[in-house]
Amino acid sequence: MLKSSIARKVAMALSAFFLMIFLLQHLAINLTSVFSAETFNELSQFMGTNPLIQFVMQPVLLFGVLFHFIMGFVLEFRNRSSRSVNYVKNNGAANSSWMSRNMILSGLVILAFFCLHFVDFWIPEINTKFIQGDWTGVVAGEEGFRYFAELQHKFVNPIRVGVYCLAFVFLALHLLHGFNSAFQSVGANNKYTKGLKKFGTAYAILVPLGFIFIALFHHFNH
Amino acid sequence: MKLTLKIWRQKNSNDKGGIQTYPIDNVSEHMSFLEMMDVLNEQLITQGTDPIAFDHDCREGICGMCSMYINGEAHGPDRGVTTCQLHMRKFKDGDTIYIEPFRAKGFPVIKDLVVDRTAFDRIQHAGGFVSVNTSGNTQDANAIPIPKDDADKAFDAATCIGCGACVASCKNASAMLFVSAKVSQFSLLPQGKVEAKRRVLNMVEQMDKEGFGNCTNTGACEVECPKGISLENIARMNREYLKASLASD
Repeated sequence: MLKSSIARKVAMALSAFFLMIFLLQHLAINLTSVFSAETFNELSQFMGTNPLIQFVMQPVLLFGVLFHFIMGFVLEFRNRSSRSVNYVKNNGAANSSWMSRNMILSGLVILAFFCLHFVDFWIPEINTKFIQGDWTGVVAGEEGFRYFAELQHKFVNPIRVGVYCLAFVFLALHLLHGFNSAFQSVGANNKYTKGLKKFGTAYAILVPLGFIFIALFHHFNH
Repeated sequence: MKLTLKIWRQKNSNDKGGIQTYPIDNVSEHMSFLEMMDVLNEQLITQGTDPIAFDHDCREGICGMCSMYINGEAHGPDRGVTTCQLHMRKFKDGDTIYIEPFRAKGFPVIKDLVVDRTAFDRIQHAGGFVSVNTSGNTQDANAIPIPKDDADKAFDAATCIGCGACVASCKNASAMLFVSAKVSQFSLLPQGKVEAKRRVLNMVEQMDKEGFGNCTNTGACEVECPKGISLENIARMNREYLKASLASD
C-alpha cells in the first residue's frame, strides 16, 4: 500500500501524530523538573523502569522516529526527481509559507539535534540499564534518584543550551506547517479546520517554547 | 511601456534550452500578456527569427491551454486568472519579465514555452468519467435530487480547466489538486458514486505512473489556480482513496 503517493503521505501523517503526542508527554514530564526535583525523579524512575514503556513504547517510539525521518527523505528525493529542470526564476514566497517549503531543512536540523540528544541522555540511559544492568536509578553514595542531577548537569554548558534552544526554534518551524499538514493528509478538512489551524499554531509555538524555558531555567538555576 | 523579456527558448524536447533576452518597446498596458507575446513574435518574424512557440486557444480563461511561468509564478502575478487574462498593467515600465514553460517531469517541454500536458488526459482516461447508458432513453440528471451543498461543491470542483498551474506551482510538481478536483466533481454526485472506488484508485495510480510528485500541503496550487480550486478537494481525495483502499475487493 505504501507504493502510492497518498498512502505515503498518510503514513507520514500518522507517524507525525504519534510524535506530536510523544512531544506533549515529554514536555509534561520535563516541566515537573522546574517545580519539583522529587516529582521529576519519581516520574523518570517510573518511565525508565516500567516494562510496558521500556519494552513496548520505547521500540515503538524508535520505530516512529526512524520511520518519519526515512520517509521524509524518501519523499524529498522522489519530489525533487519530479522536476528534473528547475525554474530560472521561482517566486515560492508568493504562494506558500517558508515553513512549508523547507520541511526537509527544519527536519535535518531536528535530526542533528536528535543525535546530540541521544548522546546526552538516551545512550547513557541504555548503557546504564541494558549494558551495566543497573535499574536502580541511584548512584552509589548519593541520596535519591540521579535523574534531576543529570538533567541539571547537562544544561550547565551555555553552548549546549544555545544549541538546544536553536533546535527548538526549528522544531517550532517544522510544527507550524507539519501540525495542520498532517490533518490535511489524512483527509480532515472540514468545519473544524479553521479552529484546528489556530490550535496547531499554538501547539507549534508553545511546545518548543516550553522546552526552551526548561533548558534556560536549569541553566540559570543550577 | 518598455520591457526586457527573458524567455526560455528550446528547439525541441532533446535540446538543452536556455534563457534569451528580448527587449520590447511600445507595450500598451491594455494588452493581454498573450497579445504582448503576439507583438514580440511579429517583430521576430519581421527580423527573420523563429517566433516563440506558446500554447493558447480560447483567450478568455476557459480552455486552460495558455500556460507560462511568469516571473516565478504560474500564469503570472495576478490571482484567479490564466495567462490570457493577465494584463500588462500588472507590470511597470522598465520591468524585466522572466517567461518559462511549466516545469515537471510529467510535463516535458515540446518547444520553447509549449509543454506536453497529455499526462492529464491519461489520468482522466483512467477514471475521470461516469459510465451512463447513451441509448437514447437516458434518465434526465435533473430528475435525481441532489443536496445544494453537494451540487455547489461538485460544480466548484468541475470548474478545473486542467491547465496544470497546480503542477507548475507545486515545489514537488504534484498533480493532486487537478486529480482531486476530477475525483471530487464525480464522487459528490449520485451518478459518480457508483464508480467512486475504482475511479480514485485508478486515477491516483495513473498520476503516480506519470511521475508527478507527492503533495506536501504547501497550498501553492490553491493560490495559483486560476479557478480557485480548493485544498478541500485534496483532503476529500485522500479520504476517498483511504476508504477505497481499505474496502476494495
